[in-house]
Amino acid sequence: MKILYFAWLRDKAGMSERQVSPPPGIATVGALMDWLAAQDERQAAVFADRSVVRFAVNQDFAETDTPVAPGDEVAFFPPVTGG
Amino acid sequence: MIRVQRESFDVGREIAALTAGNTRIGGVASFVGLVRDLGGLSAMTLEHYPGMTERQLERIDAEAHRRWPLEASLIVHRYGRLELGEPIVLTITASAHRQAAFDSCNFLMDWLKTEAPFWKREEGADGARWVAARGDDDAARDRWRETG
Repeated sequence: MKILYFAWLRDKAGMSERQVSPPPGIATVGALMDWLAAQDERQAAVFADRSVVRFAVNQDFAETDTPVAPGDEVAFFPPVTGG
Repeated sequence: MIRVQRESFDVGREIAALTAGNTRIGGVASFVGLVRDLGGLSAMTLEHYPGMTERQLERIDAEAHRRWPLEASLIVHRYGRLELGEPIVLTITASAHRQAAFDSCNFLMDWLKTEAPFWKREEGADGARWVAARGDDDAARDRWRETG
């Protein structure tokens, strides 16, 4: 599974991209965030305030109950500020 | 049509290219967003999510065509470092009548503000900071919500 971080979430994570292999029980974006946050301090910082974290699965906006599976691209980012 | 690019754009040329040869078009509306000085700002850098950005802009463009009788439309959004006064985004809509052109152009901007994955980082005298999202952008998008 490919994890991407953008904007200041990337700054907090200290990386823009990583490959992960969560255990089979991690089946939704919400569970994935819990699992990532438990990996190390930097990931914990990324997900400390989830009210400012938005996400996409395979480049579509997603919800916390959106399913995730091996091979998916899951991106985490702050609310968008383009235009 | 949509384009995501680093380089600037020429509004006149874009309108001419978009409308060339289509004499059903009776009205063209356009909007250009610029980097403005909020006090001490010197430049900004726009980051985006390549791939998802194009998908989202295509969707927003298609939604405008679904809602209004458009003859043509264009969204151009830049990324990278932009100086004060530089253009950031361009939306153009063309229709037989002006109301569809005006309304759909407004719609494109309201939607891309909240639906396209771009993030602004402002550079000022005291360093750089990520721009926070605005609640009134969500409100602007929500006024286009279809009812019934």
